[in-house]
Amino acid sequence: MSALLEAKGISRAFGGLRALNGCSLHVERGSITGLIGPNGSGKTTLFNVITGYVKPEAGTVSFDGKDITGARPNAVFALGVGRTFQLTRIFSRISVVENMLVATQREESWLRGLTRSKSSKTELDAAMEWLDFVGLARLASLPAGSLSYGQRKLLELAYVLVADPDVILLDEPAGGVNLTLINEIGEKIRTLNKSGKTFLIVEHNMEFVMNLCDTVTVMHQGCDLVSGRPEEVRNNPLVLDAYLGGGDDEVVEELSHG
Amino acid sequence: MKLRQSAWWALGLVIFALFPVVVTNPFYTTIGIFTVIYMGCATSWNMFSGYSGYVSLGTAIFYGCGAYTMALVSIHGHIPGGAEQFWVVPLGGLVAMAIAVPLGAVALRVRRHTFVVITIAFFFVFQLAAINANFTGGPAGLSLELIPWQGDAYNTPFYYVALAILVFSVVLSALVRRSRFGLQLLAIRDDEDRALGLGVKVKAVKLTGYTMSAFVVGMAGALYAMFLGQIYPQFVFDPVFDVTIALMAFLGGFGTLLGPLVGGLILESSQQWLTANYSNGSLYLILFGALFLIVVLFMPQGIVVKVKEVWSKRTSTGSDATQAPLATLGSESL
Repeated sequence: MSALLEAKGISRAFGGLRALNGCSLHVERGSITGLIGPNGSGKTTLFNVITGYVKPEAGTVSFDGKDITGARPNAVFALGVGRTFQLTRIFSRISVVENMLVATQREESWLRGLTRSKSSKTELDAAMEWLDFVGLARLASLPAGSLSYGQRKLLELAYVLVADPDVILLDEPAGGVNLTLINEIGEKIRTLNKSGKTFLIVEHNMEFVMNLCDTVTVMHQGCDLVSGRPEEVRNNPLVLDAYLGGGDDEVVEELSHG
Repeated sequence: MKLRQSAWWALGLVIFALFPVVVTNPFYTTIGIFTVIYMGCATSWNMFSGYSGYVSLGTAIFYGCGAYTMALVSIHGHIPGGAEQFWVVPLGGLVAMAIAVPLGAVALRVRRHTFVVITIAFFFVFQLAAINANFTGGPAGLSLELIPWQGDAYNTPFYYVALAILVFSVVLSALVRRSRFGLQLLAIRDDEDRALGLGVKVKAVKLTGYTMSAFVVGMAGALYAMFLGQIYPQFVFDPVFDVTIALMAFLGGFGTLLGPLVGGLILESSQQWLTANYSNGSLYLILFGALFLIVVLFMPQGIVVKVKEVWSKRTSTGSDATQAPLATLGSESL
């Protein structure tokens, strides 16, 4: 199997805190890979390293065989790695459909942006199509700041999708949204995965991860602890230890009773 | 709807174009020239700062550079005082642009308050340099050759050139708002890092906006130097210019197309009138302070957005339930 996205031996410290300590990650093409671990285990930092927001001190990141270590976020995105943020980030003072249009030009030169209009017919159609996919089409002309939290999550997913990335990194897609919406987001991910998109998902909701993912990697103190199929990971004593050590009792219960 | 809007813009242009025909008193046409110059500068400032959220308080650098370009080129190029000097106006804009590139490359590396402070620091570097350098004439400034135009007609050519700069500035600002580039500036204002992660080349986009905005202000400065025939470093590199331009945009509506025009029209005309009619030259500063407080407290989004809000409430009383929340900053039409 070929790795679409691969991180090897990533290290990064913030002051005295070792956020990542030789962490490796392997995401296969066409998979839904879960990334779990106690709070502070470095999941989001790893996301930031992969997408270019944080430069690693050691280690390499490669995407589709190309080395993308230390590349800027716009370059990483242009290659086809899209992401969402844990604290949802949308452009609140422009309209929902304009939010979509920001993302439509993956590899366009900035000079081109000066001479062309905000959107072409095909771009607008694509934007509306994806808005429709996440169920926000009727809100297209509203300022994005007027959306609810759950709708913002969907919008963020939609505008990442409109640029047609090959792999999509989701940082807690089920965090802070109601159960119906969680299921809905899970369904969308499954549908997209069937059409060929690869996913890497950070999530604390164990049920969500275990049901959705093909492979799960567990992180602990900046390292990858275990990788494997959900049921293997669930019964691994190391994983239980990591969560016990982190004092995350609820998760331990979920893991062991699963 | 679209047609009605264009009709209003056309009507506004006609009124401005007819002003010196109807009003010939040079006292009032001088006020008109300054008002139009400031409206153009505020519009162009807003095209970068209003759209991107990078509030620059160093715009007077470009005004001053434009003014010195006019003076130095006219003097050393032996251009006789008169209409030929108008050709130097676009050159003033180009010089301002050339200076904006390195300044922007440095200042735009930081955000928010730090950016504001750096632009102010740059401004004082230029002011001090102009006061102390030899080629700028030092504190005594530079005198241009007299323009031999007589009487009431002296002001008219200046007024129309200022109006041309204003129209250019408004059209540019409107085109930017409709372009992909403008959308990218707005995205940077809302969340720069997110925009970067969606493929927006934020550095290039910001620098382009900053430089474009400098062009118009540089032209305005060049025209100012030609109009007065005499420039002093403390008046062309004037910190009050920076504050005034920003205040105009905030008063009218930060990030809107119409806002800086409304703000510039109200503030500059009233300032000129007050200064001319009352011997106390700083009375306007007190009034501006009070006005600024009122704006910040009661309509922080500016007059234009406030009026639009009240208007749309009044015209749609029948169906308020379906009233969509108003897209405030950067909304499509205004």
